[in-house]
Amino acid sequence: MTLVDMTHGNKFIIDKIEDKDTRLQALRFGISEGSEIECAGLMPGGPVILKKNLQEIAIGRRTAEKISVKKKGMI
Amino acid sequence: MSHCGQTEIDTELQADKKIVLAGNPNVGKSIFFNYLTGIYVSVSNYPGTTLDISSGKMGDAAVYDTPGVYGVGSINDEERVARDIIMSADIIINVVDASHLERDLFLTQQLIDLDKKMIVALNMMDEVEKNNISIDLEALEKELGVPVFPTTAAKHRGLDKLKQSIERAVKGNTIFAENPELEKELKDIEAETENRADALMILEEDENIRGQYSRLKSAPELREVIYTSRRQRVDQITDRVLSYDENASQLARKIGAYMLKPVTAIPMLLVLLYLIYQFIGVFIAQTVVGVTEELIFVENYEPFVRNIIANTIGLENFVGQLLGGEYGILTMAVTYIFGLLLPLVAGFYFLLSILEDSGYLPRIAVLMDRLLQKIGLNGRAIIPMLLGFGCVTMATITTRLLGTKRERIISIFLLGLAIPCSAQLGVIAGLIAQLDVFYILVYVLTIFAVYVLAGTFLNKVLPGESSDLLIDLPPIRLPDLKNVFNKTYQQTAAFVKEAGPIFVLGAALITVMQKTGLLALITRGAEPITVNWLGLPAETATAFVMGIIRRDFGAAGLTSIALTPVQITISLITLTLFVPCIAAMMIMIKERNFKESVYIWFGSWITAFITGGLVNLLIF
Repeated sequence: MTLVDMTHGNKFIIDKIEDKDTRLQALRFGISEGSEIECAGLMPGGPVILKKNLQEIAIGRRTAEKISVKKKGMI
Repeated sequence: MSHCGQTEIDTELQADKKIVLAGNPNVGKSIFFNYLTGIYVSVSNYPGTTLDISSGKMGDAAVYDTPGVYGVGSINDEERVARDIIMSADIIINVVDASHLERDLFLTQQLIDLDKKMIVALNMMDEVEKNNISIDLEALEKELGVPVFPTTAAKHRGLDKLKQSIERAVKGNTIFAENPELEKELKDIEAETENRADALMILEEDENIRGQYSRLKSAPELREVIYTSRRQRVDQITDRVLSYDENASQLARKIGAYMLKPVTAIPMLLVLLYLIYQFIGVFIAQTVVGVTEELIFVENYEPFVRNIIANTIGLENFVGQLLGGEYGILTMAVTYIFGLLLPLVAGFYFLLSILEDSGYLPRIAVLMDRLLQKIGLNGRAIIPMLLGFGCVTMATITTRLLGTKRERIISIFLLGLAIPCSAQLGVIAGLIAQLDVFYILVYVLTIFAVYVLAGTFLNKVLPGESSDLLIDLPPIRLPDLKNVFNKTYQQTAAFVKEAGPIFVLGAALITVMQKTGLLALITRGAEPITVNWLGLPAETATAFVMGIIRRDFGAAGLTSIALTPVQITISLITLTLFVPCIAAMMIMIKERNFKESVYIWFGSWITAFITGGLVNLLIF
């Protein structure tokens, strides 16, 4: 399951961010592997919007496809 | 403390102490800066970049503002400049958006890790209260180990207390204090650099700082380890100090969300574009320019100047013509710059500053991302593209914020080819307003089609792949008008300084060409293209020659020629696609290289004349 499979309002945990630059930039914005995230929107065929507490970031489609996630409670 | 390879911004500022303001973008740093320094502020261009850095004095200390960044590093120009200034600081005032602690404290923690004395201004406390967020200030102070002051800068709350307390700045709790392994790595490097800040940047793989210490080439690369542990530390802090009511009604957040739902976002964007058109295209380009250009300059200023010239050196000789003739430096050039361009450019930057400060711009980037991906760009490219409607030259410089060389080439070419700048747009709006909707549609659709086709073509031809979108969405807020006016003024002044000399030069060149008969020669030589292929009167060649110097110059040149609606449409299409102005060309050569720029230049010639002729053949 990756970010693009989420729908608005889904809550989940970031499992793995493959690309190193994306990983570092996301760390600065407050999102890292293991953090609990909510999907705050999805442009059809476009970027995914993530929300962590009060912080929102937008991630382009191609990158989002390479970020795997898992449902809360799954190991 | 001095770093080799680092440039001093303002050498005149001799001060005992260097106080530096640092923070994320749009957290209100400039309000602090103005409060601390008062009126004696100097804005200077940071060497090698287009970034303006403000510096001023507060008592015996020098105060510096820095570009807003999410971290200290070397990802882009903003970060490199901020890094250089921060590394040389004696005291740092870290301005933090209190309603965005998770994001902002990452930079705060990094500044603390740089081993600098600092205090934190916890700004935008009014929003914190409005959104039912509560922050345990005492706990935050204890966790960070530096003094924290709540402020609401826009309303000038808490600023006096902060100013009085700058001396209380201390070094805070670093992530290394709790991590003996990392501490040892840092100590090892520090032994070589004798400077903890440099040592940290080396461990964080900062290429510029590493470049200054060639003997440390094989230093461990620990950026990810340090970032991760810093993030964990920040999450720990926010867990301890921050609590909020998830269900609190937050109007700004709701508006922000509607700006990102396609069903509501697209109508909102269209309404916004319509308002922009009404403001720039109708109010400024017609009403305001009608007063400034026609009434003030053409009807009053120009006759006045011509009169003086006629009474002193005379109008009929070469110098008289050069100064006050049809293309005179003191007549036409001055009228164009101050009567026509100044209102348009100021109006444009005014709107852009509002969009920037309100937090809407990144949301437009998200909306447009998918479309821009198709032409090899990503949503971020919307910023230079929008800026291009103000001034292509400025926009060309801002393409630096794009991720890859490939994106820069595509956007610079498209900017030069199909984006008319505000000055040109103003003249075009004036000409096109006389036409039927049909002609307007032909014009707009042709330009749009060329834009998309050229982008798609470049995306196919250029090797490699473009980078993907990854941006922070700041909260939606009402812009501070004083700040908006400030920015508008600075950018407009920069525009006049940059464009003014080229205009004067261009006007002089045209006069010389006219006097020597060169203009007539070109007009005749270009007849096969202008008359036969495009179906335009031969005089339009003059407009094209003027267009080489400045595009709006060319469009303005059309106003004096009698044309049919078809001819207006064709000449506007051709002129819009025609070569970028001299200023834009010079910037292109500087930003890219001579060869690429020449390709772009001739590419525009060919595209412009082929498209103009095809539309002439196919539609009319």
